[in-house]
Amino acid sequence: MDEIVAEYIRRTVLRIPRSEMGRMLTTWGVFSENQLQSINLHQIKDKLSQEVVQLCEENGATIKHAANLDIIYNYTYRDKKVWTVYKMTKEDGDENVVFNWVDFKNRFKASLRLLLKNVTITFKKFEDNSMWIRIAWGTQFKKPNQYKPTYVVYHSQTPYVFISHSIFKNCRVLLFQALLAAANYSDIHEMDLRSRCLDSLKDIVFKRYNQNVETFNPQPLQERNSTLENVDPRIIQEDKNKKETIRKINEEDFGNGSLPKLQYAQYKLETVFKSKPEMGILNDKEPFRCLVTFSSPHLLEALKSLAPAGLATAPLSRLLTCIVPEAKNSFKITEKKSGFSHGLPDQ
Amino acid sequence: MSTLAAFGKLPTLNSATILLVGTNEIFQQQLAETILQEKQDLKINIHLADSLPLPPERDHIRPRIDLIVFMVNMQSKHSYSNIEASLVHVDASFFLGKVCFLATGAGRLNQISIEVNAVLKLADLYCSPVLFCELECEKIRIATAQRLLRMLRICAGHMSGVSALSFSSLMKSSIGDSSFLA
Repeated sequence: MDEIVAEYIRRTVLRIPRSEMGRMLTTWGVFSENQLQSINLHQIKDKLSQEVVQLCEENGATIKHAANLDIIYNYTYRDKKVWTVYKMTKEDGDENVVFNWVDFKNRFKASLRLLLKNVTITFKKFEDNSMWIRIAWGTQFKKPNQYKPTYVVYHSQTPYVFISHSIFKNCRVLLFQALLAAANYSDIHEMDLRSRCLDSLKDIVFKRYNQNVETFNPQPLQERNSTLENVDPRIIQEDKNKKETIRKINEEDFGNGSLPKLQYAQYKLETVFKSKPEMGILNDKEPFRCLVTFSSPHLLEALKSLAPAGLATAPLSRLLTCIVPEAKNSFKITEKKSGFSHGLPDQ
Repeated sequence: MSTLAAFGKLPTLNSATILLVGTNEIFQQQLAETILQEKQDLKINIHLADSLPLPPERDHIRPRIDLIVFMVNMQSKHSYSNIEASLVHVDASFFLGKVCFLATGAGRLNQISIEVNAVLKLADLYCSPVLFCELECEKIRIATAQRLLRMLRICAGHMSGVSALSFSSLMKSSIGDSSFLA
């Protein structure tokens, strides 16, 4: 076992929280039952990591094993990364080939290795049917950098790929080529959808979220009514009907289920500034560039509560409500869709 | 355009009615509950609305309104423009002392999106006093509730010797800000 592998395993172990250590080492599957039991999980982490490395040395662990542990860690803490969604498309003439993981893996490896020798590629399949691919990039003369890998999550039979990028931008093209070759698609493009919460992204693109809208759930309605009835009889709500309408509009826009987690929505405005000609300012055809970003730990939930909290009028602009149906959270607004270019509420 | 009339209805015996207008439902509710917690020898009715005009279908059951409080959230432009639009639906006779502005959230200067001057100017334009308060703080909320109740008693004519008009002119001189009048 070389030094790089040992050091990498040591650092990965150091990152794992103590409460998860036992579970992750068991899932890793490098150690035998006896070895697992011999590890003292309650000592200082530094010593613990050295003990793990020593055992790995005995078992002859390789970089593959190290990468596997890294994937397990990142799978558990997948919300720490920013995920970008890509969609792959087929040309009309392409035949549907029966999918199998062995072929996928072989084609992916072959395609990447063809151009770049120094890469570490590791696959791991999880119970939720997702395939995690970890790629550590190197150059022709340099060994792969294990500390800045790219993670790719792929579900078979779907055109969507979730990628957490490493800093090396030039490797992106190679990765896309390998993905297209492996999954039998002809083109790939970014969907302008990004979030920290991988599961929410999956909910959005696999339309799992829509089911929440259709199933009628009477629970929250009852709760709402009961809170209204608890109010002192001396307090009279004058606009009960209006509030009810707002609630209904909101429900149409956002549904009544839990919403996917997104951290931001971005709108790039490239529209011409409109003013009366006599004012004479900014009246040229040059677009008025501006970037509006809404950010929140749970953006959609925040947008949903804007109107009930009295911070905006219902219905909200379609630009804010179309995030989930369009599966997009960065938009570019140009002059052509002029109907789309106004109506952003104050915040 | 239906306007809210100050003297359109006869007063109800031994009761007073206050109308809170503002977009923040939670603050309204909290303030209303605080007002009702104060011990009173007369019956207080509190009506809540997010904007004016009030729905006409409830006109016949609504008692005469003695005091209108416009709640302006200093952190939301939407709240300000909403109040501005609502003011149009108030009869002029209300502004003879039966209207008051309540500016909330002015304490956190870094989060303010409406200038304090804008609210003062608006109040001056409508000849009505402004109260500043932070409704999140319970003590201030209770103090504000007591102040509003006192005003309500005067406006409803339950204090002998003081009329709403004389009280509001008193308030104005205590603010002592006549620079906006010019």
